[in-house]
Amino acid sequence: MAILIDKKTKVIVQGFTGQIGTFHAQEMIEYGTNVVGGVTPGKGGTKHLDCPVFNTVKEAVKATGANASIIFIPAPFAADGIMEAADAGIKYCVAITDGIPAHDMIRVKRYMRRYKAEDKMVLTGPNCAGTISPGKAMMGIMPGHIYMEGPVGVIGRSGTLGYEAASQMKALKIGISTSIGIGGDPINGSSFKDHLERFEKDPETKAVVMIGEIGGPQEAEAAHFAKDNMKKPVIGYIAGLTAPKGRRMGHAGAIISAFGESAAEKVEILQECGVTVVPDPASFGSVVQKVLAKVS
Amino acid sequence: MDIHEYQAKEILSEFGVPIPQGGLAYSPEQAVYRAHEIGGEKWVVKAQIHSGARGKAGGIKICSTEEEIWQAAEELLGKRLITTQTGSQGKVCHRLYIEAATDIKRELYLGFVLDRAMERVAVVASSEGGMEIEEIAVEKPKSIIRVAVEPAVGMQPFQAREIAFALGLDKSLVNQAVTTLLGCYRAFRDLDATMVEINPLVVTGDGHLLALDAKMGFDDNALFRRPNISELRDKSQEDPREMRAADRGLSYVSLEGNIGCIINGAGLAMATMDMIKHAGGEPANFLDIGGGASPERVEKAFNLVLSDDKVEAMLVNIFAGINRCDWVAEGVVQAVTKIDMKIPLVVRLSGTNVEEGRRILKESKLPIIMADTLAEAAEKAVAAWKKATGK
Repeated sequence: MAILIDKKTKVIVQGFTGQIGTFHAQEMIEYGTNVVGGVTPGKGGTKHLDCPVFNTVKEAVKATGANASIIFIPAPFAADGIMEAADAGIKYCVAITDGIPAHDMIRVKRYMRRYKAEDKMVLTGPNCAGTISPGKAMMGIMPGHIYMEGPVGVIGRSGTLGYEAASQMKALKIGISTSIGIGGDPINGSSFKDHLERFEKDPETKAVVMIGEIGGPQEAEAAHFAKDNMKKPVIGYIAGLTAPKGRRMGHAGAIISAFGESAAEKVEILQECGVTVVPDPASFGSVVQKVLAKVS
Repeated sequence: MDIHEYQAKEILSEFGVPIPQGGLAYSPEQAVYRAHEIGGEKWVVKAQIHSGARGKAGGIKICSTEEEIWQAAEELLGKRLITTQTGSQGKVCHRLYIEAATDIKRELYLGFVLDRAMERVAVVASSEGGMEIEEIAVEKPKSIIRVAVEPAVGMQPFQAREIAFALGLDKSLVNQAVTTLLGCYRAFRDLDATMVEINPLVVTGDGHLLALDAKMGFDDNALFRRPNISELRDKSQEDPREMRAADRGLSYVSLEGNIGCIINGAGLAMATMDMIKHAGGEPANFLDIGGGASPERVEKAFNLVLSDDKVEAMLVNIFAGINRCDWVAEGVVQAVTKIDMKIPLVVRLSGTNVEEGRRILKESKLPIIMADTLAEAAEKAVAAWKKATGK
């Protein structure tokens, strides 16, 4: 098992025929992801990478039975694309696009609430590296070969820091059930807590690594959730101990603007909630190894 | 993106928010002429810099004569003001705003923010204006009123009335408060703002509401559709290196330490900085070189980091996903050869095409210190810095 995506997930690519969409769709197909088609308005009826292209997401879903979508649409139009996917009955959507206006994301989140729980789309990102269930499927822009299949769930804001953690784990022969990028934007599709809940229910996952950073309330919320609702161990890291207050560190959401948003404060909350804290970013592998030794 | 007080007031007044009479000045002559135009007996000369807490830094002067205005203007123009929000660098004042002085009866606080927990626009108000909101939160937490706006329909008049009554405003002022609140909300929503702050919002002696100070911040990601807001950018208020970086598509933040950093990805960049600190050093900057780093881009990043005199050692840490280690290595070799670097350089490459990248660095015969892991990279960078500087 894994969560969110596996070999059977039928994936369409929105922004399929553009340069970035093409490159990553190719990589995803090579990894073994079941890409069934793509959407580029105005190019419907053509073929791209041996897959059918559609004008709308609804047409793509009807023709292919797609249940997941990955978005490479440029930022000014990406929010519209996400809402189109939600309305077409897509169940899981990964938004890779960086630079979507925050007000657009407020609208997207509000729009997604209009569906009943069972019809509601799960969104991860935007501004993320995507999701991978190693050995099964990849919806994202990560280098697939650095991920090994195994018992650890990973949720992270940053792409490259996630790669760093995965490669440290692989060096110690520790594999991953699913790795999810939730993105670096202030308003994102889903939070650490949303996915902790999923990993807790996944029989294959034995422990979860949460890679957070400065800014926003989601790491603290997740820590409290883990304390109250989880049996599986949670391991956490917060990037940005050296980040000054009020300065945006690359990610749109990585800014300390309120109480409890600095790395030191978040680390304290994680510890209070019984999360095992990774003391420095070179220790992901060794800490996960210790925690796993206790579980099995 | 931040704008000046006078610009925020101009915008908000178009949305119905009441502001004092005022005018912009670039010279003492203009300042005096503005005061003359406004009339009255008392004026405030306000330094326009991108920072709050200007009063305590001497950036706001109350004047009763033309001579005083002239003097205040002469003193403030060109002055570097250091406030609690600017950092030790301070910000230079090039513009003044001259305003009619206001007879203040009560000071209130009014702010609009993007609430990340609720994922909505939230109104924050307090009857304790004049202090910064952080201080109010510590000293008078009970005075803070928070109201979230439903994004599908926007802010409703009843919400504005509830806030006005909760602030203890007299019933004769409630309608003015509703106009002000709804106006701020519309400006926030229509212009892709991330912050609107009126502190203080005052009740005047003659029973009116006035926005005495105003601050607005905008979403950089939405500037593509707000050309009128982009026009308000004042580059003199930005760190010159950060501005150059932004113009080159690099994300750079200048810090206080001595070890320069070039990294791909914001999270890995923050983590590498933390690792440098863990190893006993201090990072000089945050720099995310982004995906698709071509040799030219790497060279630009080198030039940018090295333009900071504080930098005494350098660390490049690339975990290539979409990036390619061989490209980055070529960029490093190009940059080091051209620039004639005098300080130690540590490079750690990992991910796509890593063997090719390492081979290029080795064959260049340049004095580059190689590292395999993140820990090793940080330790070697700090050790090399200590050795080079004797610190």
